[in-house]
Amino acid sequence: MEKKDIVLIGGSAGSIDVLFYILPKLPKEFSIPVVIILHREPTHESHLAELFQMKSKIRVLEVDDKMKIEKNTVYIAPAKYHLLLEPDYAFSLDTSEKVKYTRPSIDVSFISAVDVYKSHIIGIILSGSNDDGAEGMKLIKNTGGTIIIQSPESCTMPTMPKEVNRIVKPDYVFNIDQISSYLIEISSL
Amino acid sequence: MNDELTYYIKDEEIDLLIKTILTKYGYDFSGYSHASFKRRLISIIFKLKISYFAELQYLIETNEIFFFTFLEEITVNVTEMFRDPDFFKVLRLEILPELATFPNIRIWHAGCSTGEEVYSMAILLKEAGLLHRSLLYATDINPTVLKSAASGIFPLNSMKEYTQNYINSGLLYDFSGYYVVKYGKAYFDDELKQRMVFANHNLVSDQSFNEFNLILCRNVLIYFNNDFQNKALNLFYESLTQFGFLALGNKESIHYSDIEEKLQIVNKYQRIWRKKI
Repeated sequence: MEKKDIVLIGGSAGSIDVLFYILPKLPKEFSIPVVIILHREPTHESHLAELFQMKSKIRVLEVDDKMKIEKNTVYIAPAKYHLLLEPDYAFSLDTSEKVKYTRPSIDVSFISAVDVYKSHIIGIILSGSNDDGAEGMKLIKNTGGTIIIQSPESCTMPTMPKEVNRIVKPDYVFNIDQISSYLIEISSL
Repeated sequence: MNDELTYYIKDEEIDLLIKTILTKYGYDFSGYSHASFKRRLISIIFKLKISYFAELQYLIETNEIFFFTFLEEITVNVTEMFRDPDFFKVLRLEILPELATFPNIRIWHAGCSTGEEVYSMAILLKEAGLLHRSLLYATDINPTVLKSAASGIFPLNSMKEYTQNYINSGLLYDFSGYYVVKYGKAYFDDELKQRMVFANHNLVSDQSFNEFNLILCRNVLIYFNNDFQNKALNLFYESLTQFGFLALGNKESIHYSDIEEKLQIVNKYQRIWRKKI
């Protein structure tokens, strides 16, 4: 187990419930920034960050353009924008074409994060119903980062973690409890 | 597709390209957000079937026509009519009643792209009975999209989505009454176009050219770094009338700029500010 500088989490169908389980378990002083990219209906769940905040001790923010990336914080990608990471450790947003039929795209954010954080990334793919995120996970792994998938049998929709597993070998295949324990342990290293 | 996602360009190559463009053509991309500019470059390389980055550098150095094709592609031109209906609802209910108190209304759409927002605004003003005393200035860095905006012709297959956006904005007439269908395209009313002025304008190098009661610049500044954002926001500040409004995209802020203290927030969800004095 190696401490890293940022945790990236991607998911679609079935992942929101998982996050409602994991995020409340994170301590207020969580020493690594967490960035979450979810596919969701733009008209629904626009208050997702607020809903997560209600249940969590750690600060949860929906990302604004040029927001700085800080520890003790969970960042949620806003609907209808791609979320990019900048060399000065800030976010920028992008409304260009959808990638893999989606915006935000998990691949776009994960690949952009590798540009900035290189090998110091933990990438996690949760339940979801397409292959977005798989390319990003492969790049994270090939660059020296750590990648974790939610165990397909614990997923509402196992396609997304299975697609990762198809193209790159994950460092860990975890159920929901193992994911939260891992994160808590990593934060205290 | 996957190749495009993980295509690699060295930062030094990007810096050299930016330098060449500034020296040769006078367009300054040095203050663009690094990550999105890089994504645009990769997308151009794939779209124009350029085999390696040095070829792009060479084409820009030697071929002016190619540069203008490049310029068309480098800016993001994804937009919709009545994009974010909640924003137009707030404009209609909170901002237009204020604008109505001015004898003449001047509005600036900064970075208007292909013009969808300008036509939406004209429709909004028309239904509020304000269009005849309004002027809508629409500017962009990209001459090709301006031409398209000025034509008032839009793809027919977008009309279904725009009609839904129009309805979701709380407007009550018939959206299809604003255009006629010819040759498989939607031609918008001249009455809307007559109140519009289209001009080429660069938000980081050009000056203020008028005073406006409302400036809209939604999801344009996201492509700039803090320095360029600050320049553009100062330009907007100078270009606002007393108590004039500034509307940005709903995930943009003036937090990192030096005009933060000079504006007051009017609607924090839709990111609309008003000039204090």
